[in-house]
Amino acid sequence: MSTKESHTWNRPSVFQSRVRKWAVYSGIVLFVLWSVWELRVPIDRLIVGFGAGADMVSSMFPPDFGPTARGRIWTGMIDTIAMSIVATIAGVILSAPVAFMAAKNYAPRPVYYIGMGIIVFSRTFHPLILAIVFVKAVGVGPLAGVITLAVVTIGFFAKLLSEEIEDMDRLQYDAIRATGANPFQSLAYGIIPQIKPRFIGLSVYRWDINFRASTIIGIVGGGGIGSTLMSSFQRFQLDFSLAILITILICVMIGEVMSLKVREKYQ
Amino acid sequence: MWNRFDKRDNIRRYGTALVGLAILIVSWRVMNVNYEYLLTAHYEIYDLLYRMVPPDLGYVNEIASPLIETIHMSIMGTALSIIVSVPIAYLAANNVSPHWTLVYFGKFIISVTRSISAIIWALIFVVMFGPGALAGIFALAVRSIGFIGKLLSEAIEEIDPIPVEAVTATGGNKIDVFVYGIVPQIKPAFIGMSTYRWDINIRQATVLGLVGAGGIGLVLDSAITRLYWPGVTTILLSILLIVIFSEGISAYLRKKIGGV
Repeated sequence: MSTKESHTWNRPSVFQSRVRKWAVYSGIVLFVLWSVWELRVPIDRLIVGFGAGADMVSSMFPPDFGPTARGRIWTGMIDTIAMSIVATIAGVILSAPVAFMAAKNYAPRPVYYIGMGIIVFSRTFHPLILAIVFVKAVGVGPLAGVITLAVVTIGFFAKLLSEEIEDMDRLQYDAIRATGANPFQSLAYGIIPQIKPRFIGLSVYRWDINFRASTIIGIVGGGGIGSTLMSSFQRFQLDFSLAILITILICVMIGEVMSLKVREKYQ
Repeated sequence: MWNRFDKRDNIRRYGTALVGLAILIVSWRVMNVNYEYLLTAHYEIYDLLYRMVPPDLGYVNEIASPLIETIHMSIMGTALSIIVSVPIAYLAANNVSPHWTLVYFGKFIISVTRSISAIIWALIFVVMFGPGALAGIFALAVRSIGFIGKLLSEAIEEIDPIPVEAVTATGGNKIDVFVYGIVPQIKPAFIGMSTYRWDINIRQATVLGLVGAGGIGLVLDSAITRLYWPGVTTILLSILLIVIFSEGISAYLRKKIGGV
């Protein structure tokens, strides 16, 4: 009696066994189904919603770019751009020391934990939530938005910069130290030249992100175009809303292209 | 004596610094900061801390179900966006797209959905569907199309063409090529970016309620309006918890799969 081995080919899989693979897949499906069941969106609400959507679109067109609207968009956008610039510069200045604190190879252990703590804290909350707290602290207006964005910048910038410091070439730093340089000189000549291109690239990238974020911070009173947009929605001036949205879209795209060009040049 | 910079370098360096400084000053002036607020800031912060601590832990019962709703919104939003963004990424990828006009169409959708924040999408969908989780799901889904679509179309553009040719050479049709030639190559990146986006979406879902789009943000908004600060602290702590939890899951999965 001869045994025939089957030679059907199976695609290789990251899961060690088929049982495990299907267990994971069905787990995900069950999870999604649970969500569907819990939220139970009625179909008629969807249909009504799409009807309302059609009405909304028709009342949005044509977008309102009249003289008054243009003036309000202009003030809002200028505020937004100014906020993003000030917040990025402030955030970058604040994050430089935090980055050195959070670099494993540079900072002593306790300092490293403090640095990481600052980073984790400022990364966890959505900018809007922080903005609510800062609006309470320093009042409604762009200042609250700037503080919020600067704090959020620390988490992003210090984290990536500290990773860059951890990846630096230790030999250059040691060479400068060996010439008898003090710690500040070795920092200036041994480390900073190595991280400078990344520093510039990251700053511009963060400006781009801050610009996007500063368009929404006004929703909770943090200044900029967001408050104009929010009030236009609340008053159902939807044609004005569309004009604001188009402006935001264009400005964000310009910002993205600018940041891409600068990063290509330096990295 | 050795100098790092010569004269021209120095002019350029100081010139750049001056321009930067000028932009900073102009921006600051444009913002019209009311300095009177600053004088009372330390008092306000002290007051806020005084009101926020200790958190009202009894509030947990009330926020449990909106918190779960937030997680559901993030899952539904991500799932929906994955379904929509796969075909869009396919159209937007230079190397596999059926037609070049479709590449531009795909890239256009990706840029538009990506450039507008989830919370602004939520404003729009609240007008359509009324306040509630449904608007939030759509806002998350639409914003995520740009994210997943962009990363996925880039992943498709970077695939190795040889497996695709090999499948074609064995007589495979377009669907076979997609399933056996393209999918295995982009699968790790795809799973990585989907989990990553889900992680981001949880964070976003916590604030969508501020404009009426459901989840914990609604409760947060009402607690702030009522100046119920001990409750606000509880909400913030609970958000902290689920964000750290989801970040842990997403980091673990991405490490395991080695995608994005």
